[in-house]
Amino acid sequence: MRNYIVARLLAIIPTTMVLILFVVVLIRLLPGDAIDVLLEEQVRLDDVSRAELEARLGLDKSLPEEFVRYTLGTLRGDLGNSIFTEESVTGLIRQRIGVTMTMGVMALVVGATTGVVIGIISAVRRNSLLDYFLRSVSIAGLSIPNFAIATAVIVFPTIWWKWSPPVIYTPPGDGIWPYIAQFFTPAIILGLSLSASLMRLTRTMMLEVLRQDYITTARSKGVGEGTVVMRHALRNALIPVVSLLGIQVAFLLSGTVILESIFSLPGLGRTLIGSLTARDYPVVQGLTVVSGLLVILVNLMVDVSYGVLDPRTRTE
Amino acid sequence: MAVANDAVLPPREPSLAARWGTTLVRFARRQPIGAFSAGVLVLLVFIAIFADVIAPYSPTRNNVGESLISPSTNHFFGTDQFGRDLFSRVIHGARISLYVGLGATFGAAACATILGAVSGYLGGVFDYIVQRFVDASQALPPLVMLIAILVVLEPSVTNVIIALAARGALSLSRVVRGAVIGIRAFPFIDAARAMGASTPRILLRHILPNIFPVVVVLMSTSIGGYIVAEASLSFLGFGVPPPTPSWGGIMSAEGRLYMIVQPWILVFPTIALSLVVYVMNMFGDALRDELDPRLRGSR
Repeated sequence: MRNYIVARLLAIIPTTMVLILFVVVLIRLLPGDAIDVLLEEQVRLDDVSRAELEARLGLDKSLPEEFVRYTLGTLRGDLGNSIFTEESVTGLIRQRIGVTMTMGVMALVVGATTGVVIGIISAVRRNSLLDYFLRSVSIAGLSIPNFAIATAVIVFPTIWWKWSPPVIYTPPGDGIWPYIAQFFTPAIILGLSLSASLMRLTRTMMLEVLRQDYITTARSKGVGEGTVVMRHALRNALIPVVSLLGIQVAFLLSGTVILESIFSLPGLGRTLIGSLTARDYPVVQGLTVVSGLLVILVNLMVDVSYGVLDPRTRTE
Repeated sequence: MAVANDAVLPPREPSLAARWGTTLVRFARRQPIGAFSAGVLVLLVFIAIFADVIAPYSPTRNNVGESLISPSTNHFFGTDQFGRDLFSRVIHGARISLYVGLGATFGAAACATILGAVSGYLGGVFDYIVQRFVDASQALPPLVMLIAILVVLEPSVTNVIIALAARGALSLSRVVRGAVIGIRAFPFIDAARAMGASTPRILLRHILPNIFPVVVVLMSTSIGGYIVAEASLSFLGFGVPPPTPSWGGIMSAEGRLYMIVQPWILVFPTIALSLVVYVMNMFGDALRDELDPRLRGSR
């Protein structure tokens, strides 16, 4: 088990290096006149020379030099500065990451619980009316994009009841409850869009496991059906579901980009959109690297959690 | 010997058309939802091709005098804030969605097949490096990677396809690679190599035909995702630039105030988009069950 964790930790290094290479190369792929456009359009860059702006973007160095500089910076927790405000990108991320994490964790909880619970119900009551209903709803849920649902949630209550979800951000300093409450609507929308595929996988895996001989054995010993499902079957059925959850974290972060912009929540996603519109490339680079690292870390935790869920991986 | 001449003739092969017909009927019987979805898809392709004929108005011409009209016989879906006919815009949006969806699917599949086949067959350092690129692309939230690419390339229909295909190619290549590694172990590959077949020849003549079903399944199950991704990008303003009608663009955030007056601006593109994605998913699932039962339930 320890070797396994060490191997997984070491595997992070090359992936992170490719991630950094991606953002460093990206800046170099900008069309040649992008710098001129920036200097012309941005009032905030009026007293900045072309050479200085290129230096701020790391374009004054060769690709290998810039790659090494960026990698060393990332290791120190320094992701460069905004080209406009010269504010540190790490500081900006530190300010904004709380919103994204709160919404992400809430969405994950909503998605995982509804997905797994409905999946179990659907598998236990296989081919019943309830099963068909739940599966149809989940397939429909997979097909309606979350930005359409989120826009509808803002538009229709306004039309019908002259009420709309608040789009003014409440910082955690104004009380923990109002802070959490503002994430309910976006987190539920995001969570439900994740739950559809989790539900389908849970159902398939439960049906697979409930067919196994050891389940028949447990039933013939006289173990109650509830215990059979919750203790004997669920634990084995959940292993692939947990790995799907790991894969979905990347999609979850994609979803936060959309929902933060719709609900005006100042998290990483909305910062990304803002910095892209303003063409603040170092902020874009930093946010890209950090969101990649977040996904890598969550997947590492998922891999380690196999050891807890599945004793077989502990001995291997 | 009085043996009838025709007795030695082989039984008549059914014509190609007849064989295709039988295959289609069998598919329809076993996968009724899949066949229904295929029918809707054909209809959609038809709408997309003949959008100019079907749409009663130009999808991009402004007519401020007729802005934000409710659905009527003149304007089936009503009009938007610029007085553009919503029905015509949704019809033309089908063209953009299918064009981007199909373009990205074929681009991604072609690159994924080459990358996955070479990486899986060669193994070694090349495989290791390619797989780290795949790891990194999967670590990035899809939307973040797509937007980052599009900001550098500048948003346009072609560049949206390029960005989607680039991301798709990396993640699909891993599945192709897995299939190739499975096939590489078969004795007929060793036999081909022993007979002196070159690596390109083995890849083209022996590996490629065997991974073809996997590639077709990947294509059919991923197209819905590309269509949603295009809509999300256009919704956020990083996809197909206005005034080109894209379903995501029609319901983008700038129009939200007008949606309160005229919610049809939101409703019709949502229905169109969800229907297409639903039908694509159903068709992809059915095709997967038919071609590769081992993948069943993987999604």
